[in-house]
Amino acid sequence: MMAYIFRRVFIGIPLVFLVVSLAFLLIRLAPGSPFGNERNLDPEMEQRLLEKYALDGSWGDQLLRYWQGLLSGDLGPSTQFRNRNVSEIISTTFPVSAALGFFSLLLALTLGSIAGTLSAFFHNQWQDRLTMAFVLSGICLPSFVLGPLLGLGFAIYWQWLPVAGWGHWEQAILPVLALGIPYGAYCSRLVRTSMIEALEHDFVRTARAKGNPEWIVVMRHAFKVGILPLVSYSGPLAAHILTGSIVIEEIFKIPGMGPFFVNSVFNRDAFMIAGCVAIYSSLLILFNLLVDVLFVYLDKRVRLS
Amino acid sequence: MPKNSPKRTITVCLIIIAIIALASFAGPFLSPYQGSVMTETQFANPGTAHWFGTDINGFDVFTRTLEGARISILVGILGAGISLIIGTTYGMVSGLAGGKIDNIMMRFVDFMYSLPRIILVILLISVFDQKVKELFDEMSWQAIASYSRLFLLFVTLGLIEWLTLARIVRGQVLILKEQAYIMAARSQGAPFSRIIFRHLLPNLRGIIIVYATLAVPAVILEESFLSFLGLGVQAPNSSLGTLLSDGAKMINPVQIFWWLLLGPAVYLGTTLLALNFLGDALRDHFDPKSSR
Repeated sequence: MMAYIFRRVFIGIPLVFLVVSLAFLLIRLAPGSPFGNERNLDPEMEQRLLEKYALDGSWGDQLLRYWQGLLSGDLGPSTQFRNRNVSEIISTTFPVSAALGFFSLLLALTLGSIAGTLSAFFHNQWQDRLTMAFVLSGICLPSFVLGPLLGLGFAIYWQWLPVAGWGHWEQAILPVLALGIPYGAYCSRLVRTSMIEALEHDFVRTARAKGNPEWIVVMRHAFKVGILPLVSYSGPLAAHILTGSIVIEEIFKIPGMGPFFVNSVFNRDAFMIAGCVAIYSSLLILFNLLVDVLFVYLDKRVRLS
Repeated sequence: MPKNSPKRTITVCLIIIAIIALASFAGPFLSPYQGSVMTETQFANPGTAHWFGTDINGFDVFTRTLEGARISILVGILGAGISLIIGTTYGMVSGLAGGKIDNIMMRFVDFMYSLPRIILVILLISVFDQKVKELFDEMSWQAIASYSRLFLLFVTLGLIEWLTLARIVRGQVLILKEQAYIMAARSQGAPFSRIIFRHLLPNLRGIIIVYATLAVPAVILEESFLSFLGLGVQAPNSSLGTLLSDGAKMINPVQIFWWLLLGPAVYLGTTLLALNFLGDALRDHFDPKSSR
């Protein structure tokens, strides 16, 4: 087991390196300058700026210099936000996004497994139809519509909760709902399909034949198998949701890292985007590894190789 | 027909989709208003004159919704179509080739999965936006010049949407190519193209149709997300996504123009809901294991 984990981490590190380098290069090779927003920037000035940020020379040189920085733990400066560096931006914004994402993830997984199991249990009956209609409408509303609608209802009309901001637990409720519900809807669809299949297994029939009450059959026997697809989906989902969502963070004015992810592509902020990608892909590899290890405990048929 | 059979769901969904498509494509011509002619009546409440109310420019929101839906559906269908062609071809080549080539091709798919897609999409659109415009000018396609962004949108969305289908198709091809009838066709010396078109594709038809139905709403939703970021369809065209993001930005505690959001949201929701339900029902229909 330990050997397996070490090997995966060992393969994972160069992979992150590769993805980060690719992101850096893509932005550097794309047309448009990181300093392009300033009008009438004369070429000499731009050259000096490029030199200052170590972005001059061939792309090979730039990449090498970036790697040198990376190896000494320096993610580089931000070309958009002068006087701030990427490490500092990420260390202040990522915890915010991660906190928001953690609760949304919790909501999505809970909602998904409960609604999906209920729906599968009442397969093709009205309870199933109702749950699925609710769930699908969660998928079909873009989050930038769900967010304002929630704000309109709970914050402006009923005035139960604050409209926006970050810092108090009450301010987290609406964004967590707006971020978690669509993913929860997707999860429940996943669980429904696999639970319907799981309920058909022979061992479930045996469990019923032994005279177990139906809820024990569902929860103790079928659920263990039916939840597996959700477990494997939760890896990429966690990486995605923890690194922030530009839509939710902009609507609810949350100082997270979602906007940096998107805006730094617009601004051709190569160091910033590479830093964001580094966080994202490390999380992705980490959570996928976690999921694979978890599978050994959840599914006795799986052997790590 | 039994009450809850997939066939009934398919029929109901198809009827709803037909109504939506008809309304979106024919509706704007029947409407007494024009989507982009300014009028005096700003922010009129929904009523008998304006079913979904009017917006800041006095445009009739209902007419704009129908026009937007037309663009959204167009992007959805074309984007899903492109991803379908790429995904099927890629998955089939990978599955048939097997061995080392298969391994490399699938690692590439894994790699694409691990890149945040939003970065690729923004980059593709912002890099090629100007080039596509120039190309359209060069070809002197004046009539469709305003659609250059639209063209770029569905090509881009098609280019990133195919990964899942490629995986599914490859998996199926790996199973199918070991089947006795394919072996038989091969041993009789059937040409490669005949094996693909007569034996493989007809057997892949089910999953391809299911995937296509589910890819259309996915692309529509992604286009609306891009519209929120300002990368979607551009004026004078508008999609449901641009309408919704404009509506969402108009929400403030002082004046609540809820109808700017509600009408388009319900229209988009219904469209996507019908397509998703159709996809699920088709899957039940084509998959004998789950159609009980």
